[in-house]
Amino acid sequence: MALPNKPVGELKAVREPEVEKRDVDVLIIGGGMAACGTAFEIKKWADDDTKILLVDKAALERSGAVAQGLSAINTYIGDNKCEDYVRMVRNDLMGIVREDLIFDLGRHVDDSVHLFEEWGLPIWKKTDDNKNMDGKKGQKLGTLKGGATPVRTGKWQIMINGESYKRIVAEAGKKALGDDNILERVFIVEILNDKDDPSRVAGAVGFSVRENKVYIINAKVMMCACGGAVNIYQPRSVAEGKGRAWYPVWNAGSTYTMALRAGAELSMMENRFTPARFKDGYGPVGAWFLLFKAKVVNGLGEFYAGNDETKIELEKYAPYGTAAVTPTCLRNHLMMKEYKEGRGPIIMETSKALAALGETMDKKELKHLESEAWEDFLDMSVGQAGLWCATNTEPEKKDSEIMPTEPYLLGSHSGCCGIWCSGPDEDWVPDSYKWGYNRMTTAKGLFTAGDGVGCSGHKFSSGSHAEGRIIAKSMLQYLKAEGDKVTGFAETDQELVDFVYKPVYNYLDNCEYTTAEDVNPKYCKPAGMAMRLMKMTNEYGAGTGTFYMTNGKSLEVLMDLFEMFREDLENVAAGDLHELMRAWEINHRLYTVQAHTRHIQFREETRFPGFYYRGDFMGQNDDEWFCFVNSTYDKKTNEWSLKKEPYHKIIAD
Amino acid sequence: MPSFVIAEKCDGCKGGDKTACMYICPNDLMVLEPNEMKAYNQEPDQCWECYSCVKICPSQAIEVRGYSDFVPMGASVQPMMGTEDIMWTCKFRNGVVKRFKFPIRTTPEGEANSYDDLKGKDLSSGLLSTQEAEGYELKAPTELA
Repeated sequence: MALPNKPVGELKAVREPEVEKRDVDVLIIGGGMAACGTAFEIKKWADDDTKILLVDKAALERSGAVAQGLSAINTYIGDNKCEDYVRMVRNDLMGIVREDLIFDLGRHVDDSVHLFEEWGLPIWKKTDDNKNMDGKKGQKLGTLKGGATPVRTGKWQIMINGESYKRIVAEAGKKALGDDNILERVFIVEILNDKDDPSRVAGAVGFSVRENKVYIINAKVMMCACGGAVNIYQPRSVAEGKGRAWYPVWNAGSTYTMALRAGAELSMMENRFTPARFKDGYGPVGAWFLLFKAKVVNGLGEFYAGNDETKIELEKYAPYGTAAVTPTCLRNHLMMKEYKEGRGPIIMETSKALAALGETMDKKELKHLESEAWEDFLDMSVGQAGLWCATNTEPEKKDSEIMPTEPYLLGSHSGCCGIWCSGPDEDWVPDSYKWGYNRMTTAKGLFTAGDGVGCSGHKFSSGSHAEGRIIAKSMLQYLKAEGDKVTGFAETDQELVDFVYKPVYNYLDNCEYTTAEDVNPKYCKPAGMAMRLMKMTNEYGAGTGTFYMTNGKSLEVLMDLFEMFREDLENVAAGDLHELMRAWEINHRLYTVQAHTRHIQFREETRFPGFYYRGDFMGQNDDEWFCFVNSTYDKKTNEWSLKKEPYHKIIAD
Repeated sequence: MPSFVIAEKCDGCKGGDKTACMYICPNDLMVLEPNEMKAYNQEPDQCWECYSCVKICPSQAIEVRGYSDFVPMGASVQPMMGTEDIMWTCKFRNGVVKRFKFPIRTTPEGEANSYDDLKGKDLSSGLLSTQEAEGYELKAPTELA
């Protein structure tokens, strides 16, 4: 025993942090693909005296979902039609999407991809005789912009050598915005409303995770793009493996929670993503399905996706289930059916796929193919390569299991939860979809992009970057027209310091009470609260523990548990700056997963079978629920409001 | 598959202006113990194994060992970053070794064109700066419902 108790972390928190105040015109919260897009674009439109500040919880070079790299760009329109892009997204997300936002993204995304290539991202090319060249060798075939042909794995995806994808994109963003306008390792935790007009935003507050310093920022307009939400449900792994989340483990729902608490309306928060990936390592399966044409079989060795029973099952979900490409949730649904009826596990036959390809290839080409398969992991999910090595899995000899993951919330990948945003102010956009500034939320002056924008999934890395660029212009339009209406926020410096550093006070006030700092009845620690949150959502909120099944009663129980959890967070304690970051992350996770499950509770149907099920409302009910669900939260009264919002079909079938 | 630091190799980036792994970790896991001047992963169960710390370490002091709750022992996956390529050495539990080399960028580091001199003209249009400069025409949908 080593009394007195000391914080575990190296950077101890103190009771009286320094305060640094900033006064800017534009605040960019986040540092991922979307924020880097804004950073690249904004100065090209801003007046020279416009003050812009980007604040990133991590370091721009490796922050966000692309930190590790990627092996493909999943949205590149190329020769396709933007209308077809909208149709693909609409079908995959079971009909209810914002077609204005999706179409708008489609007509801008290629410009970002062309920039990536110019900046140095190696993009694979097809030769005239249909051979694949990697991004380095393929340079001699020219650029995509110049007309060279990418290597398509599907209709929308192109292959890249993307280990340094984020570094390259961050470099351009950093150079364009300037180092002096970027704060790294500062975690913004709350957006502040205008004192005269609370429907408007006026600033934000956060803290440094490197020194005891609270940042209080006045801003006239801002974007909040801090990714999706991970570790809101008990992961399938139980200890160290909790970190091997499919989506980045540092995405704490900050985007949704901060916007929600600032008064912005969320939309389609009931949507989630539970991707089927290689079991435990969560390595990507896209290349195996699309590039190598591998098939999955059930535990009996049956190619279940092709049998008659599957056809009958999918017909229940027409027109989505009977479309040429089965929606992602329904592919999961078919897998769940196999598990529940005792025909698991689900195996991807990598060996047969490679053998079939080997029949038409020489030794050198096969070697190249093997390298491509490994690169798919090494570029974006190294741990999967590690798992294959540790289990002696050579894919040409030994098959691998795939399995749907725990639930994730996101708006940029194959999910569509997020914030309700204005579409472009153009004639073809329905009136209820637009209120002046493209991608502005319903909180005036607050914009979002990437995972933040709801109802428009399948934008991925490239689309998030393009969307960040789109809102660079929208924010400046707002600044010009309404910037002088912002009068500042009401909170005093001391109130804000007390708010941000409350977990530190809780720790310092009570840590000497017991002989071990982790067990103390006067406070709770973020690590324990993280487990508590994931246990309750897993058991009652359609986690893996119930095969994604929930119902009205379970959700009622969950809401009671959330309320006690929220009250207990008043007592969360942080002894060091890293723990203070965790304390705020668990706060953000709570509101986000609460929004998610409240939406599931409100929508009395099962819109996304395979992602989640309402046992009391199985199947889709288009008569009642062919609409968006939107929600707001009042942080003063702790009240949630949910409502239906009409869907408009813009693009013909 | 949390990262770990080999005590003998880590010098806490004494010669540099910042501790590289601590600078780069997206999840704020790597920290410097100031007395010993060595870094460590303070929260292994929150490690995404993104390898950012492994790739940036100037002393090659950081490696990764499989997650204790599902990865059998004995394998390793280790990168070596170059300016244009990355080399991977994948060692299997059974002794098989595979090596791969992939390109990482086609321009020198720091040379990404940020178009600093480009100024947009029409703030009210839906065009991005490079689209406007190239005379791109903003399409409206034609296949309407």
